[in-house]
Amino acid sequence: MDVHFSQEALKEINRIIAQYPKERKNSALLPVLHVVQKETEGWLSPETMDKVASILEIKPIEVYEVVTFYTMYFTKPVGKYVIEVCQTGPCMICGSDHIIKYLEDKLGIKVGETTPDNIFTLRAVECLGACGYAPMLQIGEQYYEHLTEEKLDQIIHELGSKHSDKY
Amino acid sequence: MGLQLLLEHINKPEIETIDGYIKHGGYRTLDKVLGKMSPDEVTEEVKTAGLRGRGGAGFPTGLKWTFLDKSTDKPRYLLCNADESEPGTFKDRLIMQKIPHLLIEGMILSSYALGCRTSYIYIRGEYMFILRILEKAIKEAYAKGFLGENIKGSGYSLDLYVHPGAGAYICGEETALIESLEGKRGNPRIKPPFPAVSGLWGCPTIVNNVESICTVVPIVNMSGAEYAKIGIGRSTGTKLISASGNINKPGVYEIELGLPVEEFIYSDEYCGGIKGGLELKACVPGGSSVPILPKHLLLKESNGNPRLMTYESLSEGGFETGSMLGSGGFIVYDEKQCIVKNTWTFARFYHHESCGQCSPCREGTIWLDKVLYNIEHGLGKESDIDLLWDIQHGIEGNTICPLGDAAAWPVAAAIRHFRHEFEYHVRYPHRVKDEDHVYQPEMNYRTA
Repeated sequence: MDVHFSQEALKEINRIIAQYPKERKNSALLPVLHVVQKETEGWLSPETMDKVASILEIKPIEVYEVVTFYTMYFTKPVGKYVIEVCQTGPCMICGSDHIIKYLEDKLGIKVGETTPDNIFTLRAVECLGACGYAPMLQIGEQYYEHLTEEKLDQIIHELGSKHSDKY
Repeated sequence: MGLQLLLEHINKPEIETIDGYIKHGGYRTLDKVLGKMSPDEVTEEVKTAGLRGRGGAGFPTGLKWTFLDKSTDKPRYLLCNADESEPGTFKDRLIMQKIPHLLIEGMILSSYALGCRTSYIYIRGEYMFILRILEKAIKEAYAKGFLGENIKGSGYSLDLYVHPGAGAYICGEETALIESLEGKRGNPRIKPPFPAVSGLWGCPTIVNNVESICTVVPIVNMSGAEYAKIGIGRSTGTKLISASGNINKPGVYEIELGLPVEEFIYSDEYCGGIKGGLELKACVPGGSSVPILPKHLLLKESNGNPRLMTYESLSEGGFETGSMLGSGGFIVYDEKQCIVKNTWTFARFYHHESCGQCSPCREGTIWLDKVLYNIEHGLGKESDIDLLWDIQHGIEGNTICPLGDAAAWPVAAAIRHFRHEFEYHVRYPHRVKDEDHVYQPEMNYRTA
């Protein structure tokens, strides 16, 4: 399967590559993968990773080993919105267990699963650096802090209702 | 509010823009330094100031700079460590989000002192929204001629870029950060060679925390000697503390080093006391890696003197009765919190974040996680407590980077100071097996 990136993405990839010395093009791998993952429905297929390898003139294995090391890259399809709830100490003592349980019940899925309509994926993650504003979660580039049940209802409605009446 | 060197203007309107920042005295150090002071003179100011690395290790920043290998023709690099991932720490984020030009100004001064032509800010991938703020601010700085070729006609040139990580705590370790910037897995390197000799792309490299680099700005403004007068002894200056947990006013506070811990917790200027009128039970004063302390050891040193927010006072008594200032990630626990559960979440964190290179850490962190899970969920045995002690002992000091120690210390401290809670869990498993594993206050007390 052929993988194509938008002109905009290619422009961004070139801007990133220019930040490193010419002979160190491979240093652009992490930021380039962030750009690419957004282009390809939020996850990286082997074909996509191979394409990145050819752009950066490295071996495909060098991309695979990086993708599987870092938690922000997905190698399997995910929902349109990946909800990542922080569950480490400071969030835990401020009630993250309840936040996770509430979302599980509300979305009818367990942590690690995606709703059947492919809209939400629920993940429990480790510290996101928002301990003073706990409990919190991240969706894409957005942080949602000081969470309450009402706030969760609002977030799910706001995002989900764009795609389905269910939310 | 005490002396504010970093956060003084944080709430001023438009401080995030370059014009707003300049209006409040920003970038005036460039005129003072570029072309007027030699790079070594700047380093000397930082040394005189006694600034210690604000990322957690507390190593003197100026001294670190002097290790930079200047004997080669290779380019030199300054990397700003904005990977901020230590649980309990969220201070660098505040600066970068609200007052990004302070970091850029600090990067210019520090890069000048080190003779770098190109520098990078390595920011954790989850902070992508802050990367956008920084890139916007960097663009503004280029437009004003504060970055790029021949800055303000001084003959000094600097390019500054931001590089995102992708969700790996280990990349806060400086050699792992370098690997990650080179486009690889974040596996720490064996030292020596130290980055100051062979770092990014084999070139001499210095890695400094965001707050350390920002602090160079007030040091240059007021002089190193004046800066050194703030604080107590070898803990000079101000420090950002990220306060979280069961307190009335969580948030980031800039304190003068030397503030009593008790005042920090109970004063309305800072944490504002324990939430809901509950009692203080324990505190992790410097990020999840440092030992947890029960109330009586937290507030007083072993000699009975009040414990202070300094590198020395917080570590007084060693790990037997003390802890560390670390990154300033100050996590407060009220009397209802379960230390076993908290320790388990930390162990799970280190298990998740171990890079897997060293066997003691790779295997040990999994084991700690599993045993603590069992104890927390009512599946533990009495012998598990000693087993935990043995596992953490087997990890500590036996790995090439400090993640192993960071995984071992919280477990050791929890058993050292709260053994009775572990015993309660294994002796009364049915009481901890309830539906939501909600902690019962009675677990606080020694139960025969």
